[in-house]
Amino acid sequence: MYRSHVLVCGGTGCQSSGSVGIIKKLEEEIGIQGLAEEVSVVETGCFGLCALGPILIVYPEGSFYSMVKEEDIAELVSEHLLKGRVVERLLYDETVKEGEIIALNETDFYKKQHRVALRNCGVIDPECIEEYIGNRGYEALGTVLTEKTPEEVIQIMLDSGLRGRGGAGFPTGLKWKFALGNDSDFKYVCANADEGDPGAFMDRSILEGDPHSVIEAMAIAGYTIGAHQGYVYIRAEYPIAVDRLQIAIDQAREYGLLGKDIFGSGFDFDIELRLGAGAFVCGEETALMTSIEGHRGEPRPRPPFPAEKGLFVKPTILNNVETFANVPQIILNGPEWFASMGTEDSKGTKVFALGGKVKNIGLVEIPMGTTLREVVEEIGGGTPNGKKFKAAQTGGPSGGCIPRAHYDVPIDFGNLLKIGSMMGSGGLIVMDEDDCMVDIAKFFLEFTVEESCGKCTPCRVGTKRMLEILDKITEGKAVMEDLDKLEELCRHLQTSSLCALGQTAPNPVLSTLDYFKDEYLAHIKDHKCPAGKCKELLQYKVLADKCIGCGICAKNCPTNCIDNVEMEGKKKGVYVIRQEDCVKCGVCMEKCPPKIAAIVRE
Amino acid sequence: MKSLDELKAIREKVQGTIGMRYEGPEQTRVVIGMATCGIAAGARPILAAVAQMVQEEHLANVNVSQTGCIGLCQYEPILEVMEPGKDKVTYVNMTPEKALEVMRMHVKGGQIVRKYTVGTTQK
Repeated sequence: MYRSHVLVCGGTGCQSSGSVGIIKKLEEEIGIQGLAEEVSVVETGCFGLCALGPILIVYPEGSFYSMVKEEDIAELVSEHLLKGRVVERLLYDETVKEGEIIALNETDFYKKQHRVALRNCGVIDPECIEEYIGNRGYEALGTVLTEKTPEEVIQIMLDSGLRGRGGAGFPTGLKWKFALGNDSDFKYVCANADEGDPGAFMDRSILEGDPHSVIEAMAIAGYTIGAHQGYVYIRAEYPIAVDRLQIAIDQAREYGLLGKDIFGSGFDFDIELRLGAGAFVCGEETALMTSIEGHRGEPRPRPPFPAEKGLFVKPTILNNVETFANVPQIILNGPEWFASMGTEDSKGTKVFALGGKVKNIGLVEIPMGTTLREVVEEIGGGTPNGKKFKAAQTGGPSGGCIPRAHYDVPIDFGNLLKIGSMMGSGGLIVMDEDDCMVDIAKFFLEFTVEESCGKCTPCRVGTKRMLEILDKITEGKAVMEDLDKLEELCRHLQTSSLCALGQTAPNPVLSTLDYFKDEYLAHIKDHKCPAGKCKELLQYKVLADKCIGCGICAKNCPTNCIDNVEMEGKKKGVYVIRQEDCVKCGVCMEKCPPKIAAIVRE
Repeated sequence: MKSLDELKAIREKVQGTIGMRYEGPEQTRVVIGMATCGIAAGARPILAAVAQMVQEEHLANVNVSQTGCIGLCQYEPILEVMEPGKDKVTYVNMTPEKALEVMRMHVKGGQIVRKYTVGTTQK
């Protein structure tokens, strides 16, 4: 029996900042101070504030410690755990306001959040099925198996208004209904955990923090459509998630929550893992299923849709991890509860991976309909270093950039499409005035060129040609006709690519062209990059009248391209940059003493 | 797993343990003074006994925590009960047995155990 629980984040983010060592040290120190029988150390999933890791919470006080180092542990144990004195200097500074310690869910980062899919992340030990059960785990599955017909479950899903969290936003209940309606000797349930958008880690965090919620939901889906086998397709680059998922599946089997005759209902269901090799295209549903079947992961045309002919040509449903994580909650709390959150168009909440130029980098779950301004300014804490917010990118390589003009648009599936972006799986990258929008478009195009599977020509060749044009623009070698050609290529890709990868690849280009055309024009006509990002268009110069000849710039130049030259009236001479050798790293400008500021970028 | 009752049994067993991670405004707080004075007077076995009772009896709405020196060192060990919306009650010169009595009578039963409160003792 423990009187205190120390919860340490064991998600990928905190593990890479050293939470494994923290846990070891904690257990050691608790042993030394004789508290091993009173205090329990629990490794949990992600708390959300990934940039401040390693993070730990001490209950029952609920003290939230951030950026904890191994050296701090001895003090933490003797002060807090033994004597009950909170170690204020290690607290997350947002929880200390005017000398008073406030509760975590009162802080700006958590205040506007509403955790449904992430409800257990950072609260339970993901490797302990009992803790999941303790927080109403598997109750939804039990209720469904003993009290509900498949048709009733579908009606609940339809009434809840849940839409797929993987990107396209297809109504989940409808998908399940189609699969139930197709008779077959075998049917399958697949979970898409092939999260591939750069900067997105929602699904990883759910699987690391609460794997049982996905298992439970898959079993519910299996019962609903009449499937007895499930597959989780997960990328091999998520080793912690893979481990915890396998542990969870084994535990569920041990408890008879997977396997034969679950809850004495006569329903059999089991789940296996399939590891993906990291191809982005395998997140596309037909490619994913082809890959599970053991073939090269390439998409195929739809129809037939998976609900009719999916995995092994049998009716299959494929849902995203976050979609599944919502399902048990909807069953437990009722569809009205879920539908009461969000907007007319999109119900419930959405998890976003907040990244880029924002103070609080991490994972946030917000009700649909929250505005971009609230997410960036309030939850995210705004852009750092006093820079101005310029745009936010949602939807990864398939999405677009949302400019400041749409800062107050409520985020939901429909609204994001209307303003030329999309929900996608939930990556949200914030950009400030130092980011060049042409360069951003180029970054995403580079990604799609790399990840195009090559099966269809529009995508294979089209993305490459588009990237070549973007390269020309950022080098200042493009002409106005190139812009027309770029737009024409965009249209071709949208209409004739085989799968969503190619169809949506032009989105980053189209949305930046739409909102930031002036930046494209500045590159093409004036050969200037307004944000100062595109190196080919930049030049660093030393202003001779300001230079005092201290030589700091020359000392720090990595390519030794700054020379001293004599000048009348200047005792130490002045420095001059040899442009042909300059790599435009900007170190000289950074190092030049601010009160001199003799180096400029043009 | 053969029935919902079986699942419920596991849940109730665990809930007492993990209940402390869900803070709510309707929770009763039981705070034990664990400064040097409290520890010297024997606060630790009291804390352990109270925590064990909360977990064994699945008192999900009771939150046991420790605090520093309350300032009444001669009356340690001290245990305070804070019920939502009510005045704080301070119990002094606690032992594990007395503390469990307070838990039973006051925290569970709603009756303040006057004979152990600081007011009674000081008189």
